[in-house]
Amino acid sequence: MDTATVSLHGSAQSHDDAHSHDDHHELSFIQKYIFSTDHKVIAKQFLFVSLFFLMVGGFMAMLIRWQLAYPGQAIPLIGQYLPDTWVAAGAIQPNFYAQLLSMHGSIMIFLVIIPLAVGAFGNQCIPLMIGTDDMALPKLNMYSFWLVPPAGMIFCSGFFVEGGAAAAGWTSYPTLAPLADTGQTLWLIGLFLIGFSSIMGAVNYITTILNKRAKGMHMFRMPLTVWALFITAILIVLGTPVLASAISMQFMDQFMHTSFFMPDNLVHAKRALYSGGGQAILWQHLFWFYSHPAVYIMILPTMGIVSDVMSTFSRKPIFGYKAMIFAIMGIAFLGFIVWGHHMFQSGMNPLLGTTFMLSTIVIAVPSAIKIFNWLGTLWRGNIKFAAAHLNALAFVATFVIGGLSGVFMASAPVDIYIHDTYFIVAHIHYVLFGGSLFGIFAGIYYWFPKMFGKMLNESWGRKHFYWTFIFFNLTFYPMHILGVGGHMRRVYDPYVYDFLKHFQPMNQFISIAAFILGASQLILLFNIFWSLKYGKKAPRNPWRANTLDWAAPAQFGHGNFDMDITVYRGPYEFSHFDR
Amino acid sequence: MSAGLSLAHEPNSGVPHGKLAMWIFLASEIMFFSGFFGAFIVLRNSNIEMFSHSAGELNSYYALLNTAVLIGSSLTMALSILNLQRGNNKNFQLFLGLTIVCGFIFLIVKTIEYSTKFSHGIYPSTNVFFAFYFTMTGFHALHVILGMIPMVFMLIKSYNRGGYNKPVKVETLGLSWHFVDLVWIFLFPILYLIFPAHH
Repeated sequence: MDTATVSLHGSAQSHDDAHSHDDHHELSFIQKYIFSTDHKVIAKQFLFVSLFFLMVGGFMAMLIRWQLAYPGQAIPLIGQYLPDTWVAAGAIQPNFYAQLLSMHGSIMIFLVIIPLAVGAFGNQCIPLMIGTDDMALPKLNMYSFWLVPPAGMIFCSGFFVEGGAAAAGWTSYPTLAPLADTGQTLWLIGLFLIGFSSIMGAVNYITTILNKRAKGMHMFRMPLTVWALFITAILIVLGTPVLASAISMQFMDQFMHTSFFMPDNLVHAKRALYSGGGQAILWQHLFWFYSHPAVYIMILPTMGIVSDVMSTFSRKPIFGYKAMIFAIMGIAFLGFIVWGHHMFQSGMNPLLGTTFMLSTIVIAVPSAIKIFNWLGTLWRGNIKFAAAHLNALAFVATFVIGGLSGVFMASAPVDIYIHDTYFIVAHIHYVLFGGSLFGIFAGIYYWFPKMFGKMLNESWGRKHFYWTFIFFNLTFYPMHILGVGGHMRRVYDPYVYDFLKHFQPMNQFISIAAFILGASQLILLFNIFWSLKYGKKAPRNPWRANTLDWAAPAQFGHGNFDMDITVYRGPYEFSHFDR
Repeated sequence: MSAGLSLAHEPNSGVPHGKLAMWIFLASEIMFFSGFFGAFIVLRNSNIEMFSHSAGELNSYYALLNTAVLIGSSLTMALSILNLQRGNNKNFQLFLGLTIVCGFIFLIVKTIEYSTKFSHGIYPSTNVFFAFYFTMTGFHALHVILGMIPMVFMLIKSYNRGGYNKPVKVETLGLSWHFVDLVWIFLFPILYLIFPAHH
């Protein structure tokens, strides 16, 4: 055993570990890899399922971009093979377009970013980083994963039923949504299951962190990734059930023709089925009460990941460790009282609008603390531009842009002008792709050696990063300009409007950049599968990181550590001669 | 876990994992029902006439009976835990059995209520009040059923030799049972008891 391991984070006294897990009783293949209760295996399951859905959702984005650049033209290569309900003579139909963008948003949020950031990294990191053998409730953990694949299938099966998939946007606003066809019902059922899976996972995370920390691992000695996931789990536990109740009510509106969200003045062929008396805006309040915290559910874990990656590759303790934690808490708390900023245009009391505007803008303060501290961490650090670190740096850069455009929309007077335009699309992609997804990439490059025992190819990793970063910006930055020019989002063919005709060249530019961006992701996939097979064997601690997870052997069965663990210091103390 | 390794340790918080997880899950449940209660408050305020008239059509005596039954079941649940902790398996079986019986009585009364409503032509789609009535009591009844299933399993296991020996599990289940009881304590007044005096 090398000296590096002994002084990692905790003082680890190794037992003679050559044969220490011999008495691990043999598990069948199914127990070990399919219905596993080992958090490390569950993390991999989440990772692969979400990467699969990332491809599905990304592919949908490509189709959307094709339509915006070349509306009415046949999709090259695959257009002729798609069914007639989707395309006519190879060109995307309006209703299929609406389904594509609704499902693209839903899949990316609920089946990609949340399961990756929370499911995959939560499972991988929490027990290892707090120095314990597994989650507090391993079986619950298994159930929480196994709700996701069926939920994803139900979600996507809408494409193959009559009337097509959900087409009311990922926000599923009434009265449009409850009056839609089967696809919308499937969307609700799928989402309910995903929400339940999230809640079970989050309950487990909180219990594990509160109950299973290693000896000496005080709360304020936990790495920021664990802190971020802890706060995220609290957001999930308190936010998701509200979405569940809203979904239940919308399901009743669709299925039993109740009128929770159906107003008196509804004009529709199905009007006779409904008694009226409900309020469509009520759904928006309930939906955003979850879905605004949900954006923090998607960004906070990656903030934690980025902090750990950045500290390791700058060879410096994180600047302002406690300030970082309190900033996360502040963001999480404020996240619950700002949901109304999604509804400035919904007909809300202007006084209420001002309240929501102020509370939203206040979020800039804890966010700025985090950015400042990341820069402080880099300051005079011994910076190494590994693929993981490049992605972490990209996170900070793009999150600043996304955060600043967020301030535009937070101020109600500006929002009136840019509401429902591509400015919003640009913003959400800067925070969700530029923020969350770059953070997730950083996490994948960083923890891949720990998860799989193999090193990812570093040179391919950097290529993937540069292509992604350049074409990400070329894709989404011009969307700000489109938005300010009045280009509506969710519009099937913008060029039926004269004032948008001159945007077609810019849309074509964006689309070409998007196609290259999409294709660049194949480098990551190739890298993962190539490295799994041919990658260099990973040492215990390839990045010379300081947190406890790297003290565990690269590959270990259920149980994680081959030593007793006592923690004597915080997670970022690089002062040891060997670090 | 291999020999010579001692990662297992006392829970840091002093509360067993399952019980702590249940408390956290109950926080989540509170938010779930809060969604309904919040929506109820909003829509009641915009439909006060309709809500109070429709409430007058509910049978508050059935609901009063159910309230008594549920509160009683919380008592028997607590007694069953107490007896198990004292090692009195026989009384544990008695009180857990009584809890299950109370659950059944509650569900039977609920079924009678629902079918009376249906026979009067009242459905969830009748108006927003009944939409809330059926959805909220429906979810509550679902929670009652989900609580009773593990109870039945525990009761069956308690007839094994040595009796049932996991008091923490019963206690954890008891937490959720008391919560379901508490939800009813909120449902009872807002659905059944707010209607004009002349009814």
